[in-house]
Amino acid sequence: MTDPLDHLKHAFEQATPAPDAARKQANLARAEEIFTRTQGSPDAARPIPDRPKKRAGLITGVGQMLSTLTRYPGRAALTASTALVAVGLVAFMPMLRQGSPGVPGFTADETGTVISQDRSLTDRERSQVETDAARRDGYEETEMVLAEEAPAPEPIIEPTRPSLVQVQPKVVLGSPNNRSVQPAPATGGVEISGSAEMGILGSTDDRVEFHSDVDVTFTMSGESEEGLVFSSPSEIFDDALTADEPNTEEFANEEPNPVKIAIEEPVSTFSIDVDTASYSVVRSSLMNGYLPDPHAVRIEEMVNYFPYDYAAPGRDDGPFKPTVTISPTPWNQGTRLMHIALQGQMPAVEDRPALNLVFLIDTSGSMGQTNKLPLLKQSFRLMLGQLNPQDEVSIVTYAGSAGRVLDPTPASDRATILAALDRLDAGGSTAGQAGLQQAYATAESMAEDGEVTRVILATDGDFNVGIHNPEELEEFIAKKRDSGTYLSVLGFGRGNLDDATMQALAQNGNGTAAYIDTLSEAQKVLVDQLTGALFPIANDVKIQVEFNPAQIAEYRLIGYETRALAREDFNNDKVDAGEIGAGHSVTAIYEITPVGSPAVLNDPLRYTAGTSDAQTTEPSDELAFLRLRYKDPGAETSQLIELPITASMGESTPDTVFASAIAGFGQLLKDGNYTGEWGWAEAIALAETGTGDDPFGYRREAVTMMRLAQSLSE
Amino acid sequence: MRMRTGDTELALAASGGDREAFASLLGRHYDRLFRLCFRLTGRQAEAEDLTQDICLALPTKLMRFRGEARFSTWLYRVAVNASHDRRRRAATRARAADGWGDWEVNRRATNDETAAGLSWLQQAMTALPQDLRDTAALTMGEEMTHAQAAEVLEVSEGTVSWRLSEIRKRLKEMHEREMQ
Repeated sequence: MTDPLDHLKHAFEQATPAPDAARKQANLARAEEIFTRTQGSPDAARPIPDRPKKRAGLITGVGQMLSTLTRYPGRAALTASTALVAVGLVAFMPMLRQGSPGVPGFTADETGTVISQDRSLTDRERSQVETDAARRDGYEETEMVLAEEAPAPEPIIEPTRPSLVQVQPKVVLGSPNNRSVQPAPATGGVEISGSAEMGILGSTDDRVEFHSDVDVTFTMSGESEEGLVFSSPSEIFDDALTADEPNTEEFANEEPNPVKIAIEEPVSTFSIDVDTASYSVVRSSLMNGYLPDPHAVRIEEMVNYFPYDYAAPGRDDGPFKPTVTISPTPWNQGTRLMHIALQGQMPAVEDRPALNLVFLIDTSGSMGQTNKLPLLKQSFRLMLGQLNPQDEVSIVTYAGSAGRVLDPTPASDRATILAALDRLDAGGSTAGQAGLQQAYATAESMAEDGEVTRVILATDGDFNVGIHNPEELEEFIAKKRDSGTYLSVLGFGRGNLDDATMQALAQNGNGTAAYIDTLSEAQKVLVDQLTGALFPIANDVKIQVEFNPAQIAEYRLIGYETRALAREDFNNDKVDAGEIGAGHSVTAIYEITPVGSPAVLNDPLRYTAGTSDAQTTEPSDELAFLRLRYKDPGAETSQLIELPITASMGESTPDTVFASAIAGFGQLLKDGNYTGEWGWAEAIALAETGTGDDPFGYRREAVTMMRLAQSLSE
Repeated sequence: MRMRTGDTELALAASGGDREAFASLLGRHYDRLFRLCFRLTGRQAEAEDLTQDICLALPTKLMRFRGEARFSTWLYRVAVNASHDRRRRAATRARAADGWGDWEVNRRATNDETAAGLSWLQQAMTALPQDLRDTAALTMGEEMTHAQAAEVLEVSEGTVSWRLSEIRKRLKEMHEREMQ
């Protein structure tokens, strides 16, 4: 007889049937349905109506209208419908105050919806839920990583019944090849909700990391005794809109800029572009598992997405300062990159009054999704960098883990604030304590004369802040506003978000309601608007580069295809161009080919070769001449900045290296016509050398995106 | 559109809420998952049910997928655990197990019925203790290395090899008994 294992394998092959096609289809559909439901409200399996039942009848209706509208393609639709709702809401407000729940035709109630969804569970699903409940009694569902893998011994796990508060599974190393389980108690009234990951120590000295896959009702504050920190994945799903819509997007783009011959067309003119949307689109595509449409890739927007630490202009230097750096081209030995960076001035914000900010953060289980609490944390970090040292921050949480998790702390004490932020974790079902009152009390304790005090409510739609009656809630907020504490509402995530309630609360609180779906939106709302730093410092900024044909044979502007201007438009102040905001930086990169380089693509013309020398009136070492035009805000006429560019200009910094890597990344995504053998691996390696300080992790995220793109294009 | 997307990326996207990623991921793995379920349970009906259990529980479980293991490894671990769950539930409800579900029940069944009533495969699997059965189910299937099986079962690769040699030994003994 041959190897019995082969025989066994053969027998398996013979015996294994094909899956039943109908069951397969049904299972897939059902799973997908459950998936969708799970996303909307992770604790849907726990039909405990701990929210006021008729909290927001009308409002939910409006919210649903909004969400329906926004499902239709295109951003324009979203904007339009948001505006529509905002207008509609003003009209509805008086009705709300008079007792909204009774408005006929609008009886939709979120909690009720959840319950009825639960009733639609089939028996099998219910049994699945039971299984989940039973699971915490056993070891079966554990995912275990033994820090040190001994060859033979296997762990015997003696499950200890967990209580609501404490889970203490023990891990004991036992005899080899014999995993045994003690029968677990089968009954128990333990609630299922949230998820848990825990770190425990076995009975040996070996450290054992223990990932539980059970569903247990208990809340980790983010840290165990072992000091393990559990945080949700922090990938940011940008552009939630594009993720679940049919792909009907159209992207504005032109063919990539071709290589131009300096002697034939020495002048290149374009408008600056501080948009960053393309990067978001690219990231969203990659995160969703496919390469972006090449038309969606606008390289300049990708490059400009990242903050760079270019030399800032001095007080008297005008609104921005150009920095030019000539460096080798990563993807072509025969060419150079000419890196033009404009750094906008950051006007003094010292004059603004000190801010007291109390963040009232929803930590209910549904906030755990990547586009909610993790995004909020990222946003918070962004904002923190913009605060003045005398500003104070405090954090109060509700729904989930309730209470003040950060006492008023000066913004300068970043470490304390960030640590508190990191400890925030969504999960659990603890009913919201008097979160709002606590937040306001905290705010009032912080307030001093001449300071601005604001409560910022961050939620995905759970307004169970401690006051249940909507009227009472609005009244409370309005009263506090009169006493000097404002309220802003930040909405996160979709599906659960009660846009109208948000608006109503914020209006009463003399604040803004903002929906944060992306980090850039967070930047806009939390950084620019909050600190009042968003105002243009220069309008209609145009760049014109004249290349010296004696030095430069060919050039190619990377990106800015949609921003090209005619040469004569440069001096025409009527022609519109891009704006630079306070603190913005703009980068433009040319790939230039020196005269005589083996990388020159075009042969010299036979009949005009002689005349070219004559055109150069005086020989010059300059590679090119940079002209910038801009208008001061409100001004009609433009001002001119001129800067000759020489071959030795500038020095490579992590910033220029990273910008080059992103330019290369964009080209690889787009077509890779000019990048030759230089590929993903090289782009990744280059970007990694250029990550620099990267305090917000943007660049590391970009490296991750590059890796994703690499794996997708294999 | 997603042709070239890796499992891990899809799974991470799905764990972050991407429905399309979830659907294509599950669609991609369904058949393989079913075949593993069959090898774990030994009966088609039982395998269909187990597969369904897994599918329905997957959305919740996937939220905790962190990409620490390969997705297939992770999924197979979920499957093996689910099969344990299922067997345990069946046992506690004192339901006669289908297939080679519960060893004890089946051994009694083997005593009752004539051995000829069972296929060689069923006999072989029934004769194996649980851990060896799981190991066989994993390694006798498609493209599963010992290392991966070890990761799924959370044992060392050496243990998997040892178990396989144990299976080989037992099958040989069984064969020899038959010959006598």
